Amino acid sequence: MDLLDIQAVDRPRSRAALPDMDGAAFLAGGTWLFSEPQPGLRRLVDLTGLGWTPLEVSEAGLRIAATCTIAELERFQAPPSWRAAPLFAQSCRALLGSFKVWELATVGGNVCLALAAAPMLALTVALEGTALIWRPDGTERRLPMAQFAQGPQRVALLPGELLRAIDLPAAALSRRAAFRQASLFPHGRSAALLIGLEGFTLTVTASVAAPVHLAWPATPSPGPSLAAIEAALLPLDWCDDVHGTPAWRQHMTRRLAAEIRDELCS
Amino acid sequence: MQLTVNGTVQDCTPAPGQCLRTQLRELGWFGVKKGCDAGDCGACTVLLDGRAIQSCLLPAWRAEGRQVTTIEGLSHPLQDQFQAAQGFQCGFCTPGMILTASVADRANLKRDMKGNLCRCTGYRAIQDAINGVTHVNEASPGAPDAARVVQGTARYTLDEAMPGLLHLRLLRSPHAHARVRSIDSAAALAIPGVVAVFTHRDAPDRLFSTARHEDFRADPDDTRVLDDTMRFIGQRVAAVVAESVAAAEAGCRALIVDYEILPAVFDPEAALAPGAPILHTKPESRIPDATRNLVADIAGTVGAPVAATYTASITCTLQRLQHAALETHAARGWMEDGRLVIRTSTQVPFLIKQTLADLYGLQPHAIRVLCERVGGGFGGKQEMLVEDIVALVTLRLGRPVQLELTREEQFTATTTRHAMTVTATASATADGTLAALTLDILANAGAYGNHTAAVLEHAVGESLGIYRAPFKSARARAAYTNTLPGGAFRGYGLSQSVFAMEQAIDLLAAQLGQDPFAFRRQNIVRPGDSLEGIHGPDDVEFGSYGLDQCLDLVEAALGPRPCAEPGWLAGRGVAISMIDTVPPFGHHAESRLTLAADGLFDLHVGTAEFGNGTTTTHRQVAARLLGTTPEHIRLHHADTDLVSHDTGAFGSTGTVVAVRATELAARELHARMRTNQPQTGRTVTRRADGSPRSIAFNVHGFDLVVQPETGHIRILNSVHAADAGQVLNPMQLRGQIEGGVAQALGAVLSENLALTETGAVLNPAFRQYHIPHWADVPPTQVLFADTYDALGPLGAKSMSESPFNPVGAALANALADATGQRFTAPPFTADRVWAQLQESAPVSSPRASLAPAPSASRSRPG
Repeated sequence: MDLLDIQAVDRPRSRAALPDMDGAAFLAGGTWLFSEPQPGLRRLVDLTGLGWTPLEVSEAGLRIAATCTIAELERFQAPPSWRAAPLFAQSCRALLGSFKVWELATVGGNVCLALAAAPMLALTVALEGTALIWRPDGTERRLPMAQFAQGPQRVALLPGELLRAIDLPAAALSRRAAFRQASLFPHGRSAALLIGLEGFTLTVTASVAAPVHLAWPATPSPGPSLAAIEAALLPLDWCDDVHGTPAWRQHMTRRLAAEIRDELCS
Repeated sequence: MQLTVNGTVQDCTPAPGQCLRTQLRELGWFGVKKGCDAGDCGACTVLLDGRAIQSCLLPAWRAEGRQVTTIEGLSHPLQDQFQAAQGFQCGFCTPGMILTASVADRANLKRDMKGNLCRCTGYRAIQDAINGVTHVNEASPGAPDAARVVQGTARYTLDEAMPGLLHLRLLRSPHAHARVRSIDSAAALAIPGVVAVFTHRDAPDRLFSTARHEDFRADPDDTRVLDDTMRFIGQRVAAVVAESVAAAEAGCRALIVDYEILPAVFDPEAALAPGAPILHTKPESRIPDATRNLVADIAGTVGAPVAATYTASITCTLQRLQHAALETHAARGWMEDGRLVIRTSTQVPFLIKQTLADLYGLQPHAIRVLCERVGGGFGGKQEMLVEDIVALVTLRLGRPVQLELTREEQFTATTTRHAMTVTATASATADGTLAALTLDILANAGAYGNHTAAVLEHAVGESLGIYRAPFKSARARAAYTNTLPGGAFRGYGLSQSVFAMEQAIDLLAAQLGQDPFAFRRQNIVRPGDSLEGIHGPDDVEFGSYGLDQCLDLVEAALGPRPCAEPGWLAGRGVAISMIDTVPPFGHHAESRLTLAADGLFDLHVGTAEFGNGTTTTHRQVAARLLGTTPEHIRLHHADTDLVSHDTGAFGSTGTVVAVRATELAARELHARMRTNQPQTGRTVTRRADGSPRSIAFNVHGFDLVVQPETGHIRILNSVHAADAGQVLNPMQLRGQIEGGVAQALGAVLSENLALTETGAVLNPAFRQYHIPHWADVPPTQVLFADTYDALGPLGAKSMSESPFNPVGAALANALADATGQRFTAPPFTADRVWAQLQESAPVSSPRASLAPAPSASRSRPG
């Protein structure tokens, strides 16, 4: 929709040209910003002119630029040794928006909006990613993605800070993964979205306000008992909104967690 | 900057926050529609360098240097295919559907089309269009607008450039109940571009009802154009008129309103109790008992009680629903030769004209109301929700002005299906003969009484009338509350009462150990039976009868009972409904047919086209009776200057009343042409008055499975049989029925307009209010009874709103059959179904069943 209060758009071409962010918002794909009225927002700072390479593969792993679109990630051809690679397309397809939204929406936008159902949060937390954050004073800092989101529209970015990229380590990418999604409707918004990696880790999203990353030691194999997983899930606070009742989300989370354990640990 | 649209380079200067859609429309590309404005519905889809995007989400400046293709610039076989399959009804979603389908993965349509919503069709016709199936033929001629719809040139309410157009925005109440002490508009007026502010001081001191009926006394006059009392969150407080939407919006935010907050009541039971806050006090409103918030109170009996052996009763709670027409309420007003002209999105242009004349003291000839194509109605546009304020501003300023409701306003500030608690009781003698039927209803009217009484009358009408029983009784009440008003909604009360009654009938059949089909067959009304309702005899007759056929057709089509896989339970359900083919108390239409000098016929009618298909039927019937083809009939419609009166298209009257007038005119003109009276016989005008009325029937059957461990429901078979009399256009009728079934599936499986504890709408967006998407709607087999109605045009009966009515009950009956439990409060989303089954079932571990569920399933590897 038209954002009626926007007076100007800055389109910086370099980090040095990034303006003061007072009264402004970073614009990546714009698919959320332009989907709701933004009263009082007067300026947009367009990040797409910074020319970040969407996806960079190295021995260390994968760097996903914040401005990488969902469509670019969905089409990504991963090195064969990355056994977790099916997660990319699975997570992209878990987005409520259709392939038309994938063309515009970005990985950075999805994680910075940090809705409970944000599939890019699930993906990057599960794959033990690290956020590369540009600070307004020209320095950088890094933060594990598991600590990035604190709840819907609440992330660990300080005023003026900018998510530059998310680095996914090759070690996580090389592990076998399992993906499960529950929704009230086919192709609907996630009410629970869980990703497991052999080893064994379990990332719970959509049924909880912010991603929960649970890890068990790799030994003794084959992995944690069902009781151990259920015990770990027990203290969580479950989302309560129109996309599913808390009790059902808890139940579906337990059910999907059990399925993931069966798939990865047997 | 320069924008390349459909190969043409155009100069423009979009505002920094402007999205591509509004820029394209400003440049005249009106095929790009505004449906939700939030990236949910897909009506604004365009191709950007060949890739489909939603143009409401893209800043316009990002399209610089790229190739934009709108529907007007598309040349794709899909456009012919959508025409050949008639893959649309109102057509508002069609440009976006075609553009999206043109790049979608044909093997993954359920997934790839999830960003495109259609409220009319139920998607089957769209799927057929994409798959290249042809349905238009001689028996089923296509819509006269079809070519324009698929090319994006069919014009809806706002699809016309108008220089000097002002924009109107409304400040809406944040309080459920409050008195406006003062409004300071100085700051608003100081904003550049703001032209005027209107408050209750500027509004006529007259009460009216936003509901529109032929007889205005059907609805209480309890509404002002702008009031100084706020009765629900979302009510208009003031209007700001400006040269741009942005300035009008800024003006609304700059208004300083001093409210005196009043106690509010949200529940109808509480509203009727002593000491409740009173919403309306004016005696001229014609409210049954304003001192108790009682806005409707209907009671009556027919027949005499007999002794019964078995009795079954059920209480159901039916939720609010939003119509979700893809074109929001919108209107433009301007002055032309001293007359007020209103171009609007309505089902009832003539009633709008009449009401505006009354409100503003104008002579009828001083007002013209018209619409071109309307982007969906479903009852929501049998209501005057924008035209009154547009008329006020136009008359006052003498300048053209436009009001377009946002999608959020559509959810928070229009009307809904009435929320109701319905208790249905049915009793039978030992031999399985019905002894008595009883309905007890309490409805939440919301803050204004529009349509409430008539909805309740309808709710207790045909739901009792469909069965033969020696004693029937009903009590239906409705109370004002400080919530969004209920209004006319497809089914008009019947979807709620049928939901309860058809479950009571099933319960009673179970007590008797009888099959649901057999028990109904034994007790349904038959020709020769009395159709007398609780208010005594009226003008309803058996013009035809096909209910027995419908039951047989559904039972045969369902076939053997399916088996459930492990972890799932299977169930079968049926429900039936009846509808009077015309609303009561008068419904009039006029058609004027002229043999033109060029040898073609000009047909003038009043009816609006909003996907109901009446333009097709008018042309088809006239052509048939004149011995020509539909292409020889030029149709002119939905303009109060064309004919003297037309009550409007609601209660499915488009065919049975308006087309009846066309039938009469065509017969007469044909007779005159045959007797060679060319000088005197070139124009024939005929009226139809919709009385006496006939009855039509719908029967729906489901086979489904439910997974107790997740609550997911999967529909295996969906069968609908309709008694629509002589089927004039099988393709169109099938489309209407499929659309009604899909809307009803939304009502029973996913949709719930929820309110917070303080009366605000909780989910005012499509991403929170889930109307059926492509993947949600199973195919429905549609069957027709073979009947010919003595009263309808060429033997036809109405069939737009009624397919909606039995579907929810059939699903609830199937769910009960599967689980052994009654589900009484839709929507039956997986979380609610699971919760109810948990309460009664032994606690089981989450691993008890590992059968794959519909949407909690393994995703395919990417």
